Amino acid sequence: MKQDKILVALAGQPNCGKSTVFNALTGASQHVANYPGVTVDKMSGRYHHNDRWVDVVDLPGTYSLTSYSPEERVSRDFILHEKPSVVVNVMDAANLKRCLYLTFQLLEMEIPVILNLNMMDVVQKRGIRIDINRLSSNLGIPVVPTIMKNGEGKKDLLDAIEAVSSGAEAQKPVRIDYGEMEPFLRDIISCLAVAPYLANRYPIRWLAIKLMEGDSKAESLVRENLPEPEPFLQIVERSRADFESSHQESPEAHIAHRRYQTANDIAQTSLVLPPGSPRPFSDRIDGLVCHRLLGPAILVGVIWLLYYLAIVQGYNLTNYTWPLLAKLRSLVEGIAPSPGFVEIPLLREFALWIVDSVNALLNYIPIFFILFGLIAVLEDSGYMPRMAFIMDRLFNRFGLHGQSTLPMVLGGIYVGGCAVPGVMSCKGIPDERSRLATILIIPLLNCLAKVPLYVLLINIYFAAHKAWAMFFISTISLLLVLPVSKILTLTVLKDKETAPFVMEMPPYHLPTLRGVLGRAVERVWLFMRKISTIVVAVAVAVFVLLQFPGISRERMASYHAEKDKAVETFFKKIKNTPFATQLPKDDLMPLINFSEAYKDAKMAAGDGAAAERLNAEFRERDPLYFAIVQPGDDKEALKVNRELRKLIKERKGLLREMRMERIDTSFLGTLGKWLEPVTRYAGFNWRVNVALLSALAAKESSVATLGALYQPEEEGQALEERMAQGEEGFTPLHALALMLFMVLYPPCMATAIAVKLQAGSYGWMLFSIIYPMCLGIVVATAIFSLGSALGLSGLEAMFAFYGLALLFTLFMGFFPFHTKIQQQGATPTNGGIDHV
Amino acid sequence: MTLDQMRPGSRGRIKRLSVRDKLGQRLMDMGIYPGLELKVVRNAPLEDPMEVELGGYFVSLRHDEARFVEVESA
Ligand SMILES: Nc1nc2c(ncn2[C@@H]2O[C@H](COP(=O)(O)OP(=O)(O)OP(=O)(O)O)[C@@H](O)[C@H]2O)c(=O)[nH]1
Ligand SMILES: [Mg+2]
Repeated sequence: MKQDKILVALAGQPNCGKSTVFNALTGASQHVANYPGVTVDKMSGRYHHNDRWVDVVDLPGTYSLTSYSPEERVSRDFILHEKPSVVVNVMDAANLKRCLYLTFQLLEMEIPVILNLNMMDVVQKRGIRIDINRLSSNLGIPVVPTIMKNGEGKKDLLDAIEAVSSGAEAQKPVRIDYGEMEPFLRDIISCLAVAPYLANRYPIRWLAIKLMEGDSKAESLVRENLPEPEPFLQIVERSRADFESSHQESPEAHIAHRRYQTANDIAQTSLVLPPGSPRPFSDRIDGLVCHRLLGPAILVGVIWLLYYLAIVQGYNLTNYTWPLLAKLRSLVEGIAPSPGFVEIPLLREFALWIVDSVNALLNYIPIFFILFGLIAVLEDSGYMPRMAFIMDRLFNRFGLHGQSTLPMVLGGIYVGGCAVPGVMSCKGIPDERSRLATILIIPLLNCLAKVPLYVLLINIYFAAHKAWAMFFISTISLLLVLPVSKILTLTVLKDKETAPFVMEMPPYHLPTLRGVLGRAVERVWLFMRKISTIVVAVAVAVFVLLQFPGISRERMASYHAEKDKAVETFFKKIKNTPFATQLPKDDLMPLINFSEAYKDAKMAAGDGAAAERLNAEFRERDPLYFAIVQPGDDKEALKVNRELRKLIKERKGLLREMRMERIDTSFLGTLGKWLEPVTRYAGFNWRVNVALLSALAAKESSVATLGALYQPEEEGQALEERMAQGEEGFTPLHALALMLFMVLYPPCMATAIAVKLQAGSYGWMLFSIIYPMCLGIVVATAIFSLGSALGLSGLEAMFAFYGLALLFTLFMGFFPFHTKIQQQGATPTNGGIDHV
Repeated sequence: MTLDQMRPGSRGRIKRLSVRDKLGQRLMDMGIYPGLELKVVRNAPLEDPMEVELGGYFVSLRHDEARFVEVESA
């Protein structure tokens, strides 16, 4: 009989290609990277094969299945409690011997296992020979070789999963002989066997081995499931002590040793390694990349190149994409209900508001695309662990970890990341104290959503020193984050647990164009999806907060009166022309709209034949209006044209005044003004306050809100021009304070939730929101007030602040830890693990 | 001698791990266990951590951790 549903778990060492296998099986695209520890949570997907649905779970990569690290606990608990029908043990086949260590632990858990020898291309290239059949019979489980990067062997794997899960092939897995420990294991097993509940639910031999290893989670399992655990646990404790004193080796060392020994024995019969260095190519690259002088230089170069390509060149690309977005806006303008002289329909305002909000962000797509592509190159190539290797000493001084590098890169150490994946990937950091420190500082890095505001401000206020300003803002967050992390480590985090660094250095891979482009598109798409939900939601909320309560009836009446006056003046002035009688007295809007439409079209068409065609088209649409907007040499028409332009200008002035008044009296405007007495010292006026407030839900909104606050006077004007026009009292010093506040801005909603998930409490989430806010206002105030008092220019203040931050960072770096870093270093006299 | 005292380029055989629990288990799980031969490949640009090769497999660890690995030079 066929089971309807099969559950397959993918387990294996970090970086062996599990996510690649997962993607190949399910067609989903999971995050694939040549960096140990990218998948830190289990991912699930499904596929259909031979009339059956198969659920697949991608477990985090682990070298072992102890309870010392979270990812090992996740993988182990999943296998233990969910009891998958099959575990596919994905493995880097070039590392077969070492990886069998994990395979044995999976087999001990008494679940059906398929060994998937992945990366067979590497095996072939290195001249390693593996006897698949012999390996399979030695292990007693099916072995499937694949090159999953190209999808080779996928069919075999599917068939093997089918065969094993339907029970067609009974497994007779190899069982490790623990030699002198076997009598001890037998004793424990016989004690456990009296508790049928425990024995039925958990693989009993596995439990016995884990208890001998001194595994704390195995002990809690016993505690939870045995009615009287204490006497039994005392027996276990005595067994461990007895074994150790009689064999001069700790039980856990003996167990590890036997596993490696067995792996060796099996490899001996089924594996032939070629002579010589195992990876000459990677070794040679590492000689350069990890070189004492070249290494850091290359690292800085890589970061610089990333800035240059993504931010500078990406920004140049937006010159080509902005007109497209402007076109989108005029399209919406055409569809939306048309405006009256001073009465703009709410629906029109709303539609344009949303378009402006979204456009302000869509404009940055080229930057995101290049950035994500480059990060994908770094990830796939295997450069990331080298970064961890180079950075660990430095990060460690500040309470962070070499492996904080990946979360920090994702979070935006390079300018442009996203705090959400950054915080989520902190799970891979084995050291709890460093992990919490990393989680708490990631929101202070330059996430993508902050970049638009930086780019905007830099383009207006630091236009002459763009590269310097960009360098400043991209590196200052690091200089702020390091001392903050150290302070957190010395204070709130000082009692948290620490863990070893020990990390694998995988060989380099050549990234594939398809992989890199695919990931860039995918991540841009993910980002857009985030925009379409969060940003639109925020835009709607901000719209409401900005539109209401709106202009009072009396004020509205006065605007109407002004309109009537303007129209009256217009007709008085053109009284002597024949047009005076031809134009409708009560409604000039068609003429105004016609004139505006003609101006836009003319700008788009340019000169020459296209302009001729355009003229003909507009003349046909309305000959009277056309005579006015394109008067030629006709004296009277020229006069009307001049008056019309005056009228239009007056109308725009009225509209702007009304908009100001509306925002002025709106809910958000009131709040922004209410905060102004405090934020004034940081140089933020109420408009900036409004933008910052709207960024609380998602930082993308800061630019979106500014984009909408400074509405275009001329169609197609970029936000830079609009803001520079609208904010004349603003100086580079203001901009600097604002940028620094943005660096230290509290996490967005999504990040706050990620912090809650990763740090495990609402307390930490609140902390992660409140401390940056306080820090931000202090730093911005200091910069602006001191800068103003000392009469510094924006650029001078920038350099001064940078210097100070650098000094403070150095000071904190040399400030010693008072906590014991190596608590686990204490060695019991008899606790050593001897060579047997 | 302990591993942290070894210079880049030198080889040795692991004699004993003088630490257990978390660090001891982690070292073993990463393939650093008594009896194995290793070679110190390099130190990081800032001296710490160090990279070692164990039978075609490369691992980096901090000197603070390497001092618990006793080696005899081969
Ligand atoms: N040469 C080669 N490379 C492969 C193959 N399969 C995957 N890779 C590469 O191996 C690297 C790691 O792949 P992932 O799928 O992220 O590995 P993982 O096991 O999910 O890693 P973690 O989630 O970190 O545990 C990527 O750069 C892949 O492109 C293969 O068959 N041959
Ligand atoms: Mg993965």
